[in-house]
Amino acid sequence: MKRIITATVQDRSGVLYRVTGLLQRRQFNIESISVGPTETEGISKMTLVVEVEDEQRLEQVTKQLNKQIDVLKVSDITDKAIVARELALIKVASSSQLRSEINGIIDPFRALIIDVSKDSLAIQITGRPDKIDALIELLRPYGIKEIARTGLTALQRGHQPQVNELAAHALLK
Amino acid sequence: MKVEAKELEFQTSTAPQTGADLLIDLLKKEGVETLFGYPGGAVLPIYDAIYRAQGTIQHILFRHEQGMIHAAEGYARITGKPGVVIATSGPGATNLVTGITDAMMDSLPLVVFTGQVARNVIGTDAFQEADVMAITTPITKHNYQVRSIADLPRIVKEAFHIASTGRPGPVLVDIPKDISAGLLSEEPKEATINLPGYQPTTKPNPLQIKKLADSITKAKKPVILSGAGVLHGKASAELTAFAEQHQLPVVTTLLGLGTFPADSPLSLGMGGMHGTYAANMALYECDLLINFGARFDDRLTGNLKHFAPNAKVAHIDIDPAEIGKNVPTQIPIVSDSKEALTELRTETKESPNHEEWLETLKQYKQDYPLWFKHDSNGMCPQWVIEAVHKVTNGDAIVATDVGQHQMWAAQYYTFKQPHRWITSGGLGTMGFGFPAAIGAQIAAPDSTVVAIVGDGGFQMTLQELSIIYERNLPVKIIIVNNGALGMVRQWQELLHGNRISESILHTQPDFVKLAESYSIRGYRVDTQEELITVLPEVFAYNGPVLVDCRVLQQEKVFPMIAPGKGIHEMIGVKP
Ligand SMILES: Cc1ncc(C[n+]2csc(CCOP(=O)(O)OP(=O)(O)O)c2C)c(N)n1
Ligand SMILES: [Mg+2]
Repeated sequence: MKRIITATVQDRSGVLYRVTGLLQRRQFNIESISVGPTETEGISKMTLVVEVEDEQRLEQVTKQLNKQIDVLKVSDITDKAIVARELALIKVASSSQLRSEINGIIDPFRALIIDVSKDSLAIQITGRPDKIDALIELLRPYGIKEIARTGLTALQRGHQPQVNELAAHALLK
Repeated sequence: MKVEAKELEFQTSTAPQTGADLLIDLLKKEGVETLFGYPGGAVLPIYDAIYRAQGTIQHILFRHEQGMIHAAEGYARITGKPGVVIATSGPGATNLVTGITDAMMDSLPLVVFTGQVARNVIGTDAFQEADVMAITTPITKHNYQVRSIADLPRIVKEAFHIASTGRPGPVLVDIPKDISAGLLSEEPKEATINLPGYQPTTKPNPLQIKKLADSITKAKKPVILSGAGVLHGKASAELTAFAEQHQLPVVTTLLGLGTFPADSPLSLGMGGMHGTYAANMALYECDLLINFGARFDDRLTGNLKHFAPNAKVAHIDIDPAEIGKNVPTQIPIVSDSKEALTELRTETKESPNHEEWLETLKQYKQDYPLWFKHDSNGMCPQWVIEAVHKVTNGDAIVATDVGQHQMWAAQYYTFKQPHRWITSGGLGTMGFGFPAAIGAQIAAPDSTVVAIVGDGGFQMTLQELSIIYERNLPVKIIIVNNGALGMVRQWQELLHGNRISESILHTQPDFVKLAESYSIRGYRVDTQEELITVLPEVFAYNGPVLVDCRVLQQEKVFPMIAPGKGIHEMIGVKP
């Protein structure tokens, strides 16, 4: 099962290596990882999407992360009410004739064209990973030249519903 | 003349001058008495500071970094305090890797200082540069590279704190040469620990304790598994009292030997791959398994499918990540072992009703004890251990290497007390035993210390013979010499169709002459009679001695659980 785990860490040298090395050594598959500073100076947040087999492995991954001295807090937010986003940049082969057709495709996704050249254009999209996947599939017939994705980052919503409402919010199932 | 006077002033001044002087000062503040070290280019400033410290801190110069770090581990095992290691950059640091990993696996507190090239050349593949931070990240509890002298007091303080609290482990501090050589611009301030991400839980959750207490009272087949966490918590007395009060039988792990007196009727001995029949059957048949500070290592559990299949499992461990890692646990208790035992003793009001179980286990002990057969062709290694046990009254500190002799020592050198047993459990490091014994002797100068080693493993770190002569450390080395990498030979015989591949040591040094060349007394013993005469002499002598005991090569360690088998599927149980 896919889980979204956030880790608040001290912004010390080697901390990213520590976390990724740990996951690799204990055979946890990292689907994506994104890191950046938080509202507090010296504290960064990592958002990890990992693939784990079962509850026991999930418990292990959070415990092992928590055990790291530079890791302050680990949360599995998969089943919480969250807002989760990823950003992707997609370079598509496109002549000027195709441009409006592509525009028509990306518009419902609220994606933007951010660079245009003679035979390609670059599209920026923000959203949940499945939405990005969907757009990529639609663009594939035009010829995708390059994709750059940031990996997922997420926040818990201000209001957390009661347990029985949670299922509806779950992002990854 | 003027210059000399100035130098003298510098030497006797008490205020720290360089980063290295500050380091030595900080080590003294941490109560460090002994440094296990080896010099080199990147630590020259530190050795300058050691020189200036004029013997106020003892430095022991080993002959190989691997030897010295194992000695530091032996020291840590006996004192419970961090062993402090200093090595130079590059090869000095990489020679430590085995010892650091060993300490990590067996939760031994170490603070390791490595020199590093100067900050301005880090990352340029400078002479003797190695990426020690990357190399040691997965094998340390934590590591630091010092980036500024101002950070040194905090880092040293944190390093000792992290190494010795919670679940102990090795902490490495990498010090670039320009930091240790750098002059202090101002008087260093008293440092405070700043570790918001490190707050080990030491007190048990009262609800879980109550749950365990109730389960104990209701159990029909309870058993305690006692591991090294009981040593770290200094909780042997509490464990013993608790087990006796409620008549709970006790299995110890390899590292837990000594946490419960082996001569108690409740003691079932060691469990696991080479554990006793009674211990392993107790783990198999129990309905309540109470694990104090053992990590359910695969060498203990055997095939997990058959491990304690009918038991409710309670696990008391200071490291939450160990609980539920290998064995599903119904009663998890994150706690220091002593705190948990103290609470548990108050909470457990009634003993279980389990006479039948005790009777069964007593029968197992009686019917299937450890066994070996004397052979007219030579000496049995098991008997050698028994003889050493006898002459030392079972009171010695015993350090072993890894292999058959290690398992025989575990089986036949039965301990009445904790903190007497030093062995490499998790990593199974050949070359560990002899230097670890040296460290133990340094820690306990007045105790009898025996190194029980194999002829193979001893040859991995025997260069440290220099130290025991130089310091007149009366370590007694017992080589259980079977002319083979015995444990490998045993597996090949039993599990690989008797294809004895590269596990016989066809040539060996003359160990007696070898000892003598280091000015150490040596004996060679081929028969029981000889050993009986020699041993009292060996142990009466107040100095180091080596005894080369020639034993039967084909002897095997039994019982044995073959890999992949369940804990009840032992082979080689007494017929
Ligand atoms: C550094 C290292 N290399 C290899 C091994 C694998 N190994 C385990 S036991 C053993 C044989 C040890 O031989 P010896 O020291 O003579 O002890 P014996 O088993 O004969 O008592 C070997 C090679 C190991 N544990 N450690
Ligand atoms: Mg041997």
